[in-house]
Amino acid sequence: MTVNLTLLTVMGALYACGIYLILERSLTRVLLGLMLLANATNLLILATGGYAGLAPFFSKDTDPASYNDPLPQALILTSIVISFAVTAFMLGIIYRTWLLARQDDIQDDIEDRRVAETPSFDAEDDAVIPVETSEFPLPKLGSDGSDSSAAAEPAATVEAGGRTLLAEHAALEEKPGSGNIAAIDNDNAPRAGGAK
Amino acid sequence: MITVLAVHFAVAAVAPFVFRKFGRNSFYALAAVPAGSFVWLLFQHAAVYGAGSHAKTPAQTGAPAEIVPWIPSLGLEFAFRMDALAWVMSLLVLGVGALVLVYCARYFKDEDSYLGGFGAQLLAFAGAMFGLVTADDLLMMFIFWELTTVLSYLLIGYARTRLAARRSALQALMVTTAGGLAMLVGLIMLGASAGTYRISGILEQAPELVSGPAAGAVAAAVVLILAGAVTKSALVPFHFWLPGAMAAPTPVSAYLHAAAMVKAGVYIVARLAPGFTDTAYWLPIVLGLGLATMLVGGYRALRQTDIKLILAYGTVSQLGFITMVVGLGKPDAALAGLAMLLAHGLFKATLFLVVGIIDHQSGTRDIRKLSGVFRSSRALGIVAGIGAASMAGIPLLGGFVAKESVLEAFVHFTAAPGHGPWGAVVLTGVVLGSVLTFAYSARFMWGAFAVKPGVERTPFKAIRTSFLAAPAALSVLTIVYGLWPAPVDAWIQPYAALFTGETQLTEGTSDAGSAAGAAGHLALWHGLTPALGLTAITFAAGAAMFYGRGLVDRIQSAIPPWFDADRGYQLTIGALDDVAVWITGRTQRGSLYFYLAVILTVAFVLPLSALIAANKPLPEGLYFVDPNSPLQLVAGAGIVIGALAAVRANKRFLAVLMVSVTGYGIALMFALQGAPDLALTQMLVETIILVAFVLAMRSLPPELRDRTGGKYRVVRVIIGLSFGATMVFAAIHAMGARIATPVSLEFPKLAYEGGGGLNIVNVTLVDIRAWDTFGEISVLALAATGVASLIFVRGRGDRLRTASAVAEGTVGRRHGVDKSSRDGAALALTRKFAAATRDPWLVAGRTLAPERRSIIFEVVTRLVFHSMIIFSLYLLLAGHNLPGGGFAGGLMAGLALTLRYLAGGRFELHEATPISAGTLLGIGLATAALSGAAPVLLGGQVFQSAIIEFWLPVFGDIKFVTSTIFDTGVYIVVVGLVLDVLRSLGAEIDEHFEERPLQLDAQEATGQEATEGGDQVSAGIPAGSTQGGKP
Repeated sequence: MTVNLTLLTVMGALYACGIYLILERSLTRVLLGLMLLANATNLLILATGGYAGLAPFFSKDTDPASYNDPLPQALILTSIVISFAVTAFMLGIIYRTWLLARQDDIQDDIEDRRVAETPSFDAEDDAVIPVETSEFPLPKLGSDGSDSSAAAEPAATVEAGGRTLLAEHAALEEKPGSGNIAAIDNDNAPRAGGAK
Repeated sequence: MITVLAVHFAVAAVAPFVFRKFGRNSFYALAAVPAGSFVWLLFQHAAVYGAGSHAKTPAQTGAPAEIVPWIPSLGLEFAFRMDALAWVMSLLVLGVGALVLVYCARYFKDEDSYLGGFGAQLLAFAGAMFGLVTADDLLMMFIFWELTTVLSYLLIGYARTRLAARRSALQALMVTTAGGLAMLVGLIMLGASAGTYRISGILEQAPELVSGPAAGAVAAAVVLILAGAVTKSALVPFHFWLPGAMAAPTPVSAYLHAAAMVKAGVYIVARLAPGFTDTAYWLPIVLGLGLATMLVGGYRALRQTDIKLILAYGTVSQLGFITMVVGLGKPDAALAGLAMLLAHGLFKATLFLVVGIIDHQSGTRDIRKLSGVFRSSRALGIVAGIGAASMAGIPLLGGFVAKESVLEAFVHFTAAPGHGPWGAVVLTGVVLGSVLTFAYSARFMWGAFAVKPGVERTPFKAIRTSFLAAPAALSVLTIVYGLWPAPVDAWIQPYAALFTGETQLTEGTSDAGSAAGAAGHLALWHGLTPALGLTAITFAAGAAMFYGRGLVDRIQSAIPPWFDADRGYQLTIGALDDVAVWITGRTQRGSLYFYLAVILTVAFVLPLSALIAANKPLPEGLYFVDPNSPLQLVAGAGIVIGALAAVRANKRFLAVLMVSVTGYGIALMFALQGAPDLALTQMLVETIILVAFVLAMRSLPPELRDRTGGKYRVVRVIIGLSFGATMVFAAIHAMGARIATPVSLEFPKLAYEGGGGLNIVNVTLVDIRAWDTFGEISVLALAATGVASLIFVRGRGDRLRTASAVAEGTVGRRHGVDKSSRDGAALALTRKFAAATRDPWLVAGRTLAPERRSIIFEVVTRLVFHSMIIFSLYLLLAGHNLPGGGFAGGLMAGLALTLRYLAGGRFELHEATPISAGTLLGIGLATAALSGAAPVLLGGQVFQSAIIEFWLPVFGDIKFVTSTIFDTGVYIVVVGLVLDVLRSLGAEIDEHFEERPLQLDAQEATGQEATEGGDQVSAGIPAGSTQGGKP
């Protein structure tokens, strides 16, 4: 089969420029790069059709081989319109990014960095927990009949995320649908104030 | 057997509903399932033993079996078989299971949460365990094995809000599944070596396997399977998970971690022992790890202050003990091992249930707080005493009978030649372990029930009889077992006979009596045997250790703790976590640039290496200048220049324009190549994209700064150039490799005769490859909806006010311009000239602010719009035979709408399209879909087209092809897409702008200076985009 080097050279140049652009931080440039890549791919498909030929309109006397190959053309037509839709979608993204964050840049994902900085201490795995010697802990009664279990032993604490928490709060946090610790502490604050 | 399993799982599935209605008493209903199965099992006795007691073959062919094919092509089947071993194990599993469920009914409270799920899991566990011991297929057995692991995880983690429970559950899961995985590999190796996964079949050919050519693989497989058994039965070095699992509710500990699940490992050993004791590593693993476990468990049990943990370490110790015996591979050891397994199940379950009662009634399990419990409940003390005595091996109880025969077996083992000093070591170790067992049994009884000086008497609520029933029943069984061991002996003898089967062949004796003789018998009194002497030593030393417990304590505290396996586990898991974080941190940098650079580098390095490695010459037929269209060179040069300029451009709109230049260049390239349809479509698309770009980008700063500079730029250049070059060479070679005739040579004929059209490309789209096009327009509808959602956020924004409801000259008014400046003067002038009602060229033209209007533009639009719409319809209808089609037509109509919008603002757009974009997309898709489905209703195929010819007065002969209807759907979808783009990126963003200057005005009123942004904003709206749109 014959190979048209002009088309392929142009295609290669478009690929190179497109790749250069999508490796950029600016979203607009990334989109322009994508458009160049789409154009380059269209040229690649076009080149598979071989020599330039007659426009593919049927005529009884024409040898089928003298048309330019209609199949790549149909594929490219589909590709052109899809690229348009994708470009419009990307434009929507760019506008929204601008509206929300006033920037046109692709930001690094902070979450990934946070994962990379995960400390090796994990409360779920490594926190020291008090030994439990019963599934049915009874409140300890002092001599005056008041509940002295809280006063008798210092409340168990858990190290979590660099902070020291009451073990029971940490446990509460683990319950499905619970808020975070800060919320629990805030809930407690007014109650403590009210008691005074 | 399958019925029993099915009933277990079915009742477990409905259990939560039962619990919702009847509360904790539902446990009784659940207990009926294993209890009923237990009765069924007793009736099976005749079937299992009637044939089995006289069977001489190792496989015991008489055992009842049930086989249902499952996936025959993979050799998977539901194969179950009830032989003596399975029967004895099932007795334990179902019997203890029923009693534990009965016990649960009083252990839990009605108001305990998640009780339904707990009950279901416990019952399902009984079913899984039954399946495990009766399965006759290695893979079936593995499935049940893993089921027990998962259920154990759920049961240990029952108190899901407690950190300790969660952590222990996860630990147990990790350790046992790690072993399970090793076991799976071993099972598959074994099954593959044997050529069957049927366990009975494998055991039949075990002698050939062990000594055959695959002996090495079999030995390795057995080691891997033993790894599974070792983790499951909590042998050293994996013993730590079992004490950890004591975070489970006590009934779970009693059932899973004493009677049933941990015995699964022992069961595997027992199952394989008849065939594989002779493999290379069997005895060292079984005896070495077993002995170590027995001693470590016993030693640590003496250090515990929690009575449940004493039992837990005791269980660890006993598991090591039982594994040793069962794995010894001698008939007497097999008999003794199963006897011990039963005895242990009975007494350990009793003791755990007693611990549960103590905890439940007194609120603690700490021996430093418990005092005088025996005085509070003598019945409980007696039940516990029987269990503990059996554990210590005191005569008249089951434990004594079993232990006696175990010691007997080890004495024989030591006496037998061929083991060297190891026999004596093992025997000494076993005796030492028994001493420890006696000592911690005594410590348990003392710790739980004794009156301790200086400790307040523990408050203890009275126990209801129903609560005590289950442990009491178990202790009665322990006594019966001890006094009348004959039935148990009879149950186990067929299993023990399996081991004599091999020796029989060599010795030539074949009567059943000799088999039983080789195994011995379980009995209370064997006479004055060495084993009895050892028992006496054990008692003496154990009692001494108990009375000297203060001294033992001090010695134990003085010895520094050795390596703590639990700590080792935590360190391993922690190290694993750290490595995972490290690798993730190195590879997942959160930078798109990094990811793309890696992906693209791989994308060119791999094909390039392949090309270089293949070292093929360039194909023939390369040419630079196409003789049919030499102009391509010129167009190509233009495209490349445009692309390079786009890369270098530092102004946003300049870059967009340059990309457009390449786009238009490519349209030219299409035209030169002989593709007029493509050229037309590309031109239209390129124009609309340009408008869309300008509309969307008008609020962004005009500068386009290159932030990825420095060394990154070099990398980008290298990747870009290499990628481009690779693509060129890959394309050359791919095209050069083509040898087949293009399928499309048939297309012209197909298009004309089948599709009834002259435009081959169009017929390809709407007929030959209609599915492809249908998929594409669905994507278009999705993308259009995506654009609308991104801009409107809430809904598709299909509702807009009509132009008549808008005050004149209000849209796009400029605000915040200083009246005294030049701009201000110019504004005032335009406003003076504007009399909006005067120029009704466009419906909504009057709504625009005077400074936005261009009368010439409005007039031109008025003149051109309808022609464009007519032309677009022409493109649609003529497309079947001439350049055009649904895509081109739709884009042309879209362009006409774009013109209306640019000239008359967003209300004009709304007036131009009374149908919303969403509706258009829907109608278009529906039309296309119907045109595909209708032929099916008429008896044809999907997307089949028909040619209808008729005559009309003015038009003459008309040849209508039904695929035009499909093309109409495409047309409507494309119009909807363009409309969505205009409404979102155009009209809605206009509205965003108009909200902002008002805010600026408000700021001015409060004395703040308006920012310069206001100017840039007002430069945007239609007039600005017109300039951008018409370069």
